Amino acid sequence: MTALASAKDTEMVVNKNSASPNRVIDIDNLSLTFETNDGPVHALSDIDLKIDEGDFVSFIGPSGCGKTTLLRVIADLERPTAGSITVNGVSPEEARLNRAYGYVFQAAALYPWRTIARNIALPLEIMGLGKDVQQHRIKKNMELVNLSGFEKKYPWQLSGGMQQRASIARALAVEPDLLLMDEPFGALDEIVRDHLNEQLLQLWAKTNKTVVFVTHSIPEAVFLSTKIVVLCPRPGRIYDIIDSDLPRDRNLDIRETPEFLKIAHRVRDGLRAGHSYED
Amino acid sequence: MSTTIVSRRRFDMPALLAWFVVTMVVVGLFMPIFKPDIGVMEVPKLAVCLVILAIAGVRYELGFMRNWIGDVALGLVTAVAAWLLIDTASDYAGEATIGFWALTAAAWAASWLFVERLAIWKSRSQAATRIINLVIPALFGITILVIWQLVVTGAGVPKVLLPAPSEIWVRLTGSVPILWADFQQTFLKAVLAGYFIGCGSAFLTAILVDRVPFLRRGLLPIGNLVSALPIIGVAPIMVMWFGFDWPSKAAVVIIMTFFPMLVNTVSGLAASDAMQRDLMRTYASSYWQTLFKLRLPMAMPFIFNALKINSTLALIGAIVAEFFGTPIVGMGFRISTEVGRMNVDMVWAEIAIAALAGSLFYGIVALLERAVTFWHPSMRR
Ligand SMILES: Nc1ncnc2c1ncn2[C@@H]1O[C@H](COP(=O)(O)OP(=O)(O)OP(=O)(O)O)[C@@H](O)[C@H]1O
Ligand SMILES: [Mg+2]
Repeated sequence: MTALASAKDTEMVVNKNSASPNRVIDIDNLSLTFETNDGPVHALSDIDLKIDEGDFVSFIGPSGCGKTTLLRVIADLERPTAGSITVNGVSPEEARLNRAYGYVFQAAALYPWRTIARNIALPLEIMGLGKDVQQHRIKKNMELVNLSGFEKKYPWQLSGGMQQRASIARALAVEPDLLLMDEPFGALDEIVRDHLNEQLLQLWAKTNKTVVFVTHSIPEAVFLSTKIVVLCPRPGRIYDIIDSDLPRDRNLDIRETPEFLKIAHRVRDGLRAGHSYED
Repeated sequence: MSTTIVSRRRFDMPALLAWFVVTMVVVGLFMPIFKPDIGVMEVPKLAVCLVILAIAGVRYELGFMRNWIGDVALGLVTAVAAWLLIDTASDYAGEATIGFWALTAAAWAASWLFVERLAIWKSRSQAATRIINLVIPALFGITILVIWQLVVTGAGVPKVLLPAPSEIWVRLTGSVPILWADFQQTFLKAVLAGYFIGCGSAFLTAILVDRVPFLRRGLLPIGNLVSALPIIGVAPIMVMWFGFDWPSKAAVVIIMTFFPMLVNTVSGLAASDAMQRDLMRTYASSYWQTLFKLRLPMAMPFIFNALKINSTLALIGAIVAEFFGTPIVGMGFRISTEVGRMNVDMVWAEIAIAALAGSLFYGIVALLERAVTFWHPSMRR
């Protein structure tokens, strides 16, 4: 706990000194090339991206354009081959060691020998939180993703969508200031997706978290985001960054408004252009 | 249409078995039972045996009482028939001829028919299924013992070649103190000590190898080499190093069990997939936290594989090692000396003990495995 607190102090000092006060992620000219047996794969090239505290940023783009890779670079699961990146003003590795973020993987990645509740407890155990804090957070987050009553079930006894919701609850239970989510709602049906979109938005509005969110759905991206990053493939790069002027306080009805549709159109145009680049 | 054809068996096994019972009974009726020319009617007990088997076979063929009462009756008839056969065979040891073997075959077919009928009751309830799953292998074992007994006594097989189960049993119950002392020496001391030290040290070595990667290149080949050493070469050396008593046998067991455990644990520790490890990375989990919370649970199916293999290897190792010098106690010692004295029934008594102990040992490890790796797809129910 104290390590975490002191990390926050230093981060504030760093923020005071840097040009923009609440910069959470600062990516500069970043490239990443995978060396494979069939030659180099240019997964990311010349990425420039600034994300401030309280931003809700969505990455959208065709499959294979590097969305997951960019998120993994932020999470220090992948090292860039060129350019620079800071998270909370420090290197991604330091940020990771400070437990600065929670990460939701594209697949649920639950441990089959742990019940759902104990899966959610896993990061809390590693962080060394007390038993009652753990219990409280497990209960709260299982309610949030509508999984109450499934505490004692094993992951393989749940549907794919329920497993994915459990993995979201696991990431939220860490209560990180920065949430990295890789297509968290991809496996869910429309209604559950809407519900969780609203829940996530409420959580974000209430707690001033920073969220980086990968999705394939234009409405989802526009509904959730303050900033939409459109990527295009080969090599993976940023095609467009759209700052949304929708109010922070939104509900699902906003999806019918002209402002919403205007942004959705721009995203769609960006995606089209990105695709046609290939031909 | 087609589905009924697919689901039907190609032939009706129970009916076939019942016909076989009836045929064998007819053969038994007209052929001599014992040498020189004794018919079945001259041996009252076998006459009873023949009649009840005939009734059971015909009853099934006629379709009379194909319910649980009929099945229970079939089981009883088979048991009584087997007992009558065993009882008379010992009075005419070595004299059996065609008629006797026909009745033996009839009793065997009746027990098979009984098992076929039991399998039908499986689907009724969970409890029934569980009981029947235990009963069927037990019946199988008993059938083998009965046939062994009948063949050995009926054909008069010399005792040094193969003693009858009854003789082995008599020897076993008559020599409990010796057998217990041997069991203590070989199993409770050499096997268990060697097994736990061997598996435990291999487990710790695997973690060391995992933690210090350059050791992997050095230690794994050496482990491989040691495991390839022939036990008959190693055992005398261990006796020279550790003396005649059980520690030298435990040492042999350690050598035999070390490598399977090491290799399995090392590959088990590598079994977690990239996303699971990435997850731990995002939590900034330490090496030991990742080891205990992810990699060891993931390695458990591999580790239990080695524990099961080693449970049988350990027993073999300890018994064989005793051939190369022991104090005058131990299962391997007893086997080698009693063979020399032609006391084959004692050898078989030791073998029976070893088989029982080995199966129990394996069974306990398998039960533990079930409890620990319940989550693994091969264990889920
Ligand atoms: N470990 C790796 N080694 C080699 N190439 C990789 C590796 N990981 C990703 N790539 C390549 O990098 C590119 C981007 O992959 P990435 O997973 O980031 O795509 P994505 O945008 O997340 O796609 P999707 O929407 O399908 O999830 C792809 O061409 C992929 O083949
Ligand atoms: Mg992806």
